[in-house]
Amino acid sequence: MSIFVLIKQTFDTEEKVVLTDGVLSEDGVKWVINPYDEYALEEAMRWKEAHGGTVTVLTAGPERSQEALRTALAMGADDAIHIVPPEGRGTSDDEYIVSSWIASILQEQQPDIIFGGHFSVDQGSAQVAVRVATLLNMPHVSAITGLERTGDSLVQVQRDAEGNAELLDVSLPALFTAQQGLNEPRYPSLPGIMKAKRKPIRVVSAAELSQEAALEPRTERLALEPPPPRQAGRMIAGDAAAQVQELIRLLHEEAKCL
Amino acid sequence: MSCTYAVIAEMRGNQLRQVTFEALDAVQQMASSDDRIIVLAIGYGLQEAVLSLSIPGIAHVYCAEDERYKYYDSEAYFSALRAFVEQESPEVVLFGHTAMGRDLAPMLAAHLRTGQISDVISISQDTDGFAFRRPVYAGKAFETRRFTTQSNPWIITIRPNNFPAFTPENGTLPTHATVSSPAVVALPAPAPSLRTVVRDVVTKMSGSIDLAEAKIIVSGGRGVKSAGGFKPLEQLALVLNGAVGASRGACDAGYCDYALQIGQTGKVVTPEIYFACGISGAIQHLAGMSQSRVIIAINIDPEAPIFQVADYGIVGDLFEVVPLLTTEFRKMLV
Ligand SMILES: Cc1cc2nc3c(=O)[nH]c(=O)nc-3n(C[C@H](O)[C@H](O)[C@H](O)COP(=O)(O)OP(=O)(O)OC[C@H]3O[C@@H](n4cnc5c(N)ncnc54)[C@H](O)[C@@H]3O)c2cc1C
Repeated sequence: MSIFVLIKQTFDTEEKVVLTDGVLSEDGVKWVINPYDEYALEEAMRWKEAHGGTVTVLTAGPERSQEALRTALAMGADDAIHIVPPEGRGTSDDEYIVSSWIASILQEQQPDIIFGGHFSVDQGSAQVAVRVATLLNMPHVSAITGLERTGDSLVQVQRDAEGNAELLDVSLPALFTAQQGLNEPRYPSLPGIMKAKRKPIRVVSAAELSQEAALEPRTERLALEPPPPRQAGRMIAGDAAAQVQELIRLLHEEAKCL
Repeated sequence: MSCTYAVIAEMRGNQLRQVTFEALDAVQQMASSDDRIIVLAIGYGLQEAVLSLSIPGIAHVYCAEDERYKYYDSEAYFSALRAFVEQESPEVVLFGHTAMGRDLAPMLAAHLRTGQISDVISISQDTDGFAFRRPVYAGKAFETRRFTTQSNPWIITIRPNNFPAFTPENGTLPTHATVSSPAVVALPAPAPSLRTVVRDVVTKMSGSIDLAEAKIIVSGGRGVKSAGGFKPLEQLALVLNGAVGASRGACDAGYCDYALQIGQTGKVVTPEIYFACGISGAIQHLAGMSQSRVIIAINIDPEAPIFQVADYGIVGDLFEVVPLLTTEFRKMLV
């Protein structure tokens, strides 16, 4: 079984977002594996432990993304591939381009099962993994909360759809995106960390990949801004009865929403 | 040059979800009088939905109706969508940013090697054309994106509850003068691939009001302390004709179903009024509700971070404050 996991390095959502001239300031930012990708990785590890195979983690991103690959290797992944985007901005945030790079690598690798996160907590577009499945002409199920192997190349998954739980049978090869609740990701072990240091990371330059000569971005960012400031909230004083009266008055007269 | 705008409708039971009408509002903002507006509905039992789309300015309502479409299945729905897009060649395709839209839109975008802008909350226009605003970094920043000339068609998913829902009473589509009512066209249902098969769907949505579309939400966190602790919140929601939501803390503790979870991993909501009761205000929770119009926080801890995003804060015991609110609103609304 050839198991692939698509991961992205994102900044920790607990971090404060600082924008300098419309660009996210990376000073002192803590980088992590996108939390949803951690669920994906954990599921891949469990699959390998139960059914055998090799787990390869794949990421497209800047130099620092290799830290995320190292962490994944320390959690038990066997191999890692790092797609290095070309210089300059505007390609690595275009979902069309990133998914084309990933698909062209996977095409040659012939995976049996691919896991990804439901979305990344930074860009949050929930596109890349689903696009990859479509480019590979593979079925996919997004936002899974459970997975069980039911046959040689058959799995049953549970999917979370706006609060409804759907149960689906899927034939492999297939791609799945992980939703919170799928599992509890493990921490890298100390021996795992030591071993990971010696595992090689295959580095692929995106320029070598794109068959479609130069891939042109389909969308581009014009601006990145902080959220509109919320007016400082008002604390309502007094005992409960007085607070409730005052709140209702404010909703009426100030917020005008009743 | 005239453009075709295609709205991919979404069903909830036998009716259209509100987000479909919100997508029509987005079309209203972009289209001009010589454009063409069409709608695709996929499902089983579409009569009511079709009726509610008898709106001047919509040229065609295409119906892919089949028993197999009773439940959403990406493979089956996508084959219907693909056939529709190949036949109609729209320049702009709009979906709701919902479980269905998030799934179908990138499939279509990949298939057509085109661009998609996800989770759009507003549209602006200048001399360079249209630009789309969307939240990023869990709502800690906002991005404005546009399509490059390489993108055709444009694929857009819109976040529910951010565009006003279009109705013939509150607006007119720019194409209304040329088409008075839509022609309804049945589409054949392509044979399914059987690579994925839906076995079962367990509906967990409690109550009749869809959280993502509710105007008022009363949410509870770990502070409600038990499943029974949600009772007063349900009563307040009932009086206000709203819906009950929850933090992950409350879901994890087993006080309520995960179907109610609001936040980064749960639902993203933007109601008129959001009551956060016994919720501390973790960033992952805020990602799901910080764009609500008015936020009211009720928490015993004056230092709780939720007060930093709340418009109105009440430091107090939710078990005392919430029932009082219910009583007062009940008096007011009779
Ligand atoms: C990857 C990831 C994704 C996540 N996604 C989500 C998500 O989608 N949604 C989400 O909500 N969380 C999410 N979380 C979890 C989040 O970080 C918090 O743990 C969670 O929101 C806390 O829930 P809470 O506010 O109910 O609980 P707590 O933080 O425990 O807060 C309980 C609050 O209740 C107050 N309280 C206690 N008793 C009373 C009383 N009688 N009256 C009034 N107030 C009272 C307390 O003062 C406290 O502020 C996610 C976390 C991770 C890592």
